[in-house]
Amino acid sequence: MHLTRRALLTGASLIALSSTALARTYIGGVPWEPEAANPPQVFDPSARFFTSGERDFVTAAVDRLIPEDEFASASQAGVVTFLENQLSGAYGRGDIYYMHAPFSRGEPSQGYQERAPAILYRQAIADIAARLQADKNKTFQELSEEEQDQFLLDLSNGDVELEHVDAKTFFDTFWQDTQLGFFGDPVHGGNRDMVSWRMVGFPGARYDYRPYIDHNGRELNFEPISVAGAISQGGKS
Amino acid sequence: MSKKLPRRDVVIVGFGWTGAIMAEQLTAEGLDVVALERGVWRDTSTDYAVTNAQDEVRYRYRDELFEVLSRESLTFRNNTSQDALPMRMLGSFLPGTNVGGSGVHWNGQTWRFLPSDFQARTHNEERYGPLPEDMTVQDWGITYDELEPYYTQFEDICGIAGKAGNLNGEIQEGGNPFEGRRSSEYPNPPMEMVLAPKLFAKAASELGHNPFPGPSANMSQPYTNPLGVQLGPCTYCGFCEKYACGNYSKATAATTILPVLMRRDNFELRTQAMVLRVLKTGDGRMADGVEYITPEGEVYHQPADIVILAAYITHNVHLMLVSDIGEPYDPRSGEGVVGKNYAYQVTSGVSVFFDKDVHINPYVGAGALGMVIDEFNGDNFDHTGLGFIGGGYIATWQTNGRPMETHRVPEGTPKFGAGWKQAVRDNYNHSLGIGTHGAVMSYRGNYLDLDPTYKDAYGRPLMRMTFDFGDNEMKMSNFLTDRAVEIARAMNGREIRVARRTRPYSIVPYQSTHNTGGTIMGDNPRDSVINKYQQSWDLPNLFLTGAGAFPQNAGYNPTGTVGALAYHTANAIRTQYLRSPGPLVQA
Repeated sequence: MHLTRRALLTGASLIALSSTALARTYIGGVPWEPEAANPPQVFDPSARFFTSGERDFVTAAVDRLIPEDEFASASQAGVVTFLENQLSGAYGRGDIYYMHAPFSRGEPSQGYQERAPAILYRQAIADIAARLQADKNKTFQELSEEEQDQFLLDLSNGDVELEHVDAKTFFDTFWQDTQLGFFGDPVHGGNRDMVSWRMVGFPGARYDYRPYIDHNGRELNFEPISVAGAISQGGKS
Repeated sequence: MSKKLPRRDVVIVGFGWTGAIMAEQLTAEGLDVVALERGVWRDTSTDYAVTNAQDEVRYRYRDELFEVLSRESLTFRNNTSQDALPMRMLGSFLPGTNVGGSGVHWNGQTWRFLPSDFQARTHNEERYGPLPEDMTVQDWGITYDELEPYYTQFEDICGIAGKAGNLNGEIQEGGNPFEGRRSSEYPNPPMEMVLAPKLFAKAASELGHNPFPGPSANMSQPYTNPLGVQLGPCTYCGFCEKYACGNYSKATAATTILPVLMRRDNFELRTQAMVLRVLKTGDGRMADGVEYITPEGEVYHQPADIVILAAYITHNVHLMLVSDIGEPYDPRSGEGVVGKNYAYQVTSGVSVFFDKDVHINPYVGAGALGMVIDEFNGDNFDHTGLGFIGGGYIATWQTNGRPMETHRVPEGTPKFGAGWKQAVRDNYNHSLGIGTHGAVMSYRGNYLDLDPTYKDAYGRPLMRMTFDFGDNEMKMSNFLTDRAVEIARAMNGREIRVARRTRPYSIVPYQSTHNTGGTIMGDNPRDSVINKYQQSWDLPNLFLTGAGAFPQNAGYNPTGTVGALAYHTANAIRTQYLRSPGPLVQA
């Protein structure tokens, strides 16, 4: 039940006390307990959201968005694994987003108006397959690279009519998530071996650059490091 | 049915920057203070370790430090002809939650407004004639000189690094020559600059401007503040805004105030206490405390002699509206005050691209590491014939090289694919940004009220935001952008790319967490919600802190002024209100 102030003041230099109600009341000190760090959650390599057909589309599409060159493509860098993790978790469910009805499209300036990202992806991928089947009698993977790029560009401009979802909203979400998998810390499943960081020259989760403040435009050549603690092995991109 | 708790001297709603300031000041006066925070306890050593903090996915893009919209959000539209729709994901602004509030993840750019900003209507009308009919700009009811000691107090608590440009009326070499009179130098010397802001300063100087180091809440050296709390020197890790500092190098409530406040026996913090409304006494003339709900669904009534709303501005305004305090603003009649004069910040940018032998190394950065010019802010320049009032600063802040958020590509780069990838690779380490940071005036049609359709998790109507940039802002922002382009060209890079602000205002791309207004201050209850002591005109034991007080927004980041106003209010409660509880300004 409720705690009086007097009861809480007794004996404590303070404290996150054990019962849930007590743990939320703080008096008389800065709460601290040992081994209470809040480290990142490491991705689950076995996490699955996509069906095998969905995964084929996603793999083909992310590799047109970020294709292979001297550096890995999106899928080679683990972006599909990243997406599987994201969409099967809190992000996919939209746990922290406002997801109450009624839903309505509105103006672009009013932002995302679709259901939770997992629903958006699943529906958009099905709608895209149906659209391509109707228009070209092909899957996305069966299109030429040029046709795939054109289709993605049309999606990005909202020039593709999808049955249930807004094409541009899906593209914007998919493209942002793809980049996030590519550039984000490898602890989340993408950016394998910190490939994107080595590509651009970002040192990752270092935290003290004081010796380099006066770099004056010279190249610094750090090996990147992840919040998971791993240092890049260099080697093949 | 709520359970009534024992009465306290003071209840504070929201435990961010101003909640901590008010609690520290009022417990020092001997008052018995309880703070209610909707989020959870968070502290540097346990939650923001230097080995974990630099994670774009977790913090910037999955919102770990930001407010949770599934519990409460707002709806948005550009004008009254549209239907407002819910902000389903965060975008344009990123209010915080948990202990420390938005102050945990700020950059630390800590400004004073200009003396003329506080007399925005009087000053501009005297110099340029009547303002447009739909522009509802007001004087603040407080002057820069009245606030000056409290700006100093906040800067000393934070350990702001900077160089004074006006010390007791004497213009100082190397500082901002346009700033108001300062009674003392900054508590810390300016941060040591990296290449990009130096390039900006050199180009700006060549054009005849007066560049100076931006005032920074990132420590330029070890610092012990007036409460005896120690901060460490900034390590330029490049994870400030949208992140918590793992290094005790950024001034926040946790790094400047809480180590002292939390030890005081006359202070109590309750977390996961979501305040639903302010309660009024039976006669409706005083606040009788607040009602809050726990995660288990238990509802409590916390009575208090003084109620301080220190939530983020959108929530302070929402609490006033759902608690039926004061008259809601009506844009048709112009009557009412609660929700009036919502404003924001208008920003734009210019990127400069260099050849590959110039390594900008953008990741060697800090939130408030930058060089700035103030020639085109406020009324620092003659606006005759320009068609707008106000202005903003122009700066190169080297805040970060976080590769998801900051990968500049030149004009003509494909949206995606091989060409995009090559352009990112070629330009990431060889480009910098110049930003403009402009004022937003207040207008009859920009306001906050309650949404007729959407509800929060507690069954309350969401707040509805109706906002767009005005002609004044577009002209002003274009003018600032033109000046930024001149500086960009003078940097003699390979090429530049200009990103002007366009209309309509969009709630999608991040711009700034500089929302203002809705509980504005003024010198009379007909056109303001609070007096200059941030005291409600309606309920004299109710005080509201935060940027909701701004009658319009100036061309600077708001936190310095928010902090100064909080200390000014705390001083008034300590020295005047407690002796004679009641209105501090007679209506």
